[in-house]
Amino acid sequence: MANEILEEHINKDYEWGFTTNIDADEAPKGLNEDIIKFISAKKNEPEWMLEFRLKAFRNWQNMVEPEWAHVSYTKPNFQDIIYYSAPKPKKELASLDEVDPELLKTFEKLGISLEEQKRLSGVQSNIAVDVVFDSVSVKTTFKETLAEKGIIFCSFSEAVQDHPELVKKYMGMAVPPTDNFYAALNSAVFTDGSFCYIPKGVRSPMELSTYFRINASGTGQFERTLIIADEDAYVSYLEGCTAPQRDENQLHAAVVEIITHKNAEVKYSTVQNWYPGDKDGKGGIFNFVTKRGICLEDNSKISWTQVETGSAVTWKYPSVILKGNNSVGEFYSVAVTNNYQQADTGTKMIHIGKNTRSTIISKGISAGFSNNSYRGLVQIKKGASNARNFSQCDSLLMGDKCGAHTFPYIEIKDKSAVVEHEATTSKIGEDQLFYCKQRGIDNEKAIGLIVNGYCKEVLNKLPMEFAVEAQKLLAISLEGSVG
Amino acid sequence: MISIKNLHASIGDKEILRGINLEVKAGEIHAIMGPNGSGKSTLSSVLAGREDYDVTEGEVTFNGKNLLDLSTEDRAREGLFLAFQYPIEIPGVSNINFLRTALNEIRAYHGQEEMAAKDFLALVKEKSKLVELDAKLASRSVNEGFSGGEKKRNEIFQMAMLNPKLAILDETDSGLDIDALRIVATGVNKLKSKDNATIVITHYQRLLDYIVPDFVHILYKGRIVKSGGKELALEMEAKGYDEIKKEFEIAD
Ligand SMILES: Nc1ncnc2c1ncn2[C@@H]1O[C@H](COP(=O)(O)OP(=O)(O)OP(=O)(O)O)[C@@H](O)[C@H]1O
Ligand SMILES: [Mg+2]
Repeated sequence: MANEILEEHINKDYEWGFTTNIDADEAPKGLNEDIIKFISAKKNEPEWMLEFRLKAFRNWQNMVEPEWAHVSYTKPNFQDIIYYSAPKPKKELASLDEVDPELLKTFEKLGISLEEQKRLSGVQSNIAVDVVFDSVSVKTTFKETLAEKGIIFCSFSEAVQDHPELVKKYMGMAVPPTDNFYAALNSAVFTDGSFCYIPKGVRSPMELSTYFRINASGTGQFERTLIIADEDAYVSYLEGCTAPQRDENQLHAAVVEIITHKNAEVKYSTVQNWYPGDKDGKGGIFNFVTKRGICLEDNSKISWTQVETGSAVTWKYPSVILKGNNSVGEFYSVAVTNNYQQADTGTKMIHIGKNTRSTIISKGISAGFSNNSYRGLVQIKKGASNARNFSQCDSLLMGDKCGAHTFPYIEIKDKSAVVEHEATTSKIGEDQLFYCKQRGIDNEKAIGLIVNGYCKEVLNKLPMEFAVEAQKLLAISLEGSVG
Repeated sequence: MISIKNLHASIGDKEILRGINLEVKAGEIHAIMGPNGSGKSTLSSVLAGREDYDVTEGEVTFNGKNLLDLSTEDRAREGLFLAFQYPIEIPGVSNINFLRTALNEIRAYHGQEEMAAKDFLALVKEKSKLVELDAKLASRSVNEGFSGGEKKRNEIFQMAMLNPKLAILDETDSGLDIDALRIVATGVNKLKSKDNATIVITHYQRLLDYIVPDFVHILYKGRIVKSGGKELALEMEAKGYDEIKKEFEIAD
């Protein structure tokens, strides 16, 4: 498989680096209460939503940007960012046919043809997509098909209008607006994102997916995703992201919250491919994201799978609070850094309920001059009897100018807990490369094979289409890194 | 097939090959024997193109091409195959996927299309039968967790799949039980044709009962010090290397 994948991608540049010329409706630069009111008014939000934002903003003003992560970068100037940018529709859209053709072209380039999606609607196995372009959600597909099952899948803004009781009840439950600096910022200025509610007893008949795209320059992207799985519900959720190639650093500070009720399960998969900056470390996205799920009730399960290849700086710890008894949290991660990229990523597994279990599999790959850190917390609270955790953190180094670091934190307050931690660091083996080459496989393909093999446990967790995309990305991200 | 003239190779300051001369023609089987550390594996690594070694002198012609000018992968694509003394593990990469990649790379080099999945699987079936390789091993990760004998058998399976012009088998017999030895040897014999050649590196005459060599060479301290027919192997097994060592003793 790696074969075809690599052949398709001989181009070493960031392929998704194009921009789209679309008229945008933008807020003026800078951040203050007026901007927040502007955003809220643009979205025609109810009073309670504006209150939520302003409260978060006031909190944020008293917070300091965290510095504990193993990354260094020039802090963004928060007054120099545009907090709202929407592709300007030519008129009110009645159907997909009226979407700006430029926008449709962008999606085609990205490999998501909404036309195709529309034609295929009704096909059970397809994927429903919500597309967030800069600050707003431009199109959600399959909405009607899903509605038949009672599934709500729409943009966050729509959810605020149409399902305020659900948004009010769950927003901020997993990630309170005061949680951390970036989460507070997001809570104040978030512009859109996806909302998903799976009702009692329903298994989503298709994968749900959000595609994020930062397009306009000078903007930040602050989207929020909220996923709720009611009793006995199941959904697999995918998130993809790209951005144009720009010399400036752009800020992406998202919040994702997942809540599972009794016996419910949510699988959340991300292939993160924000623009990483050029080979000298110029430009690229600052990806400061808070993702957290709560297994609110018994026997529920949340699993995060992420393949992180993009961004100049990544700061991200998808976590699970295991509150319900017998609940299960999983974190499967591949993080690749090349050139001057920096990633500090990992997870937190907070065991509160009895018989809760968590698994952490982290595969870091560092190349070039990059730095790649795993940071993880396993916390077993008092009363979380028979809690179990297994963590495995592997680092693979390519070359000798990059760094791999592991920061595991373990806090155990219940004696019955069983916590296992394994960590390995290896260099991509000259022996393995020679062996491949002796069989006729060239250097780049050999690296692709070896790296995909190394990440297999994580890639196997991804839905099929995503796994293929992820393999391609891994190979491309590492091209030219050993040789 | 291959013509090696006055080949010198060193690692760091240490010269390991000190003037190897060897001519192998299509259809021939050559055996190379010699005490531990004499340079047998080094010779095969240098021919295969391992970059740790510096070739300081000499020439190697392979099918009319200057072998030393070719990259490691191009040597393989030209038909040079090395069955490793210590096969390498590649976790997470299935044997099948590995071989399919290799085979298609070789085909692409020769301007051939990728092999259709169906034909490839048929080939896997045919060739695994040849070395009686357990079907499960074909789908497991390359050599990962294989027993010593399974790894060796897998090398011959790969050789059968890739159908090289010149195969160098570096102590493929070591670690094989008697049955496996016979199976592997039978496989090698079945793959033999008038168009390909094999170099068998071994310590044991026993293998040469199954794979009968046309020539036997004794490598000692980086040189071929003696060559002969298959009876030379018997002679060495009976007498050991003492005489050779005395006769060709040289300073390191
Ligand atoms: N990478 C290396 N670094 C240092 N010395 C090396 C290296 N590779 C080989 N040598 C040395 O070169 C000599 C020849 O080694 P080689 O492995 O070719 O011997 P061999 O004939 O295959 O031995 P055996 O029968 O034990 O397999 C030995 O002295 C060995 O220690
Ligand atoms: Mg040897």
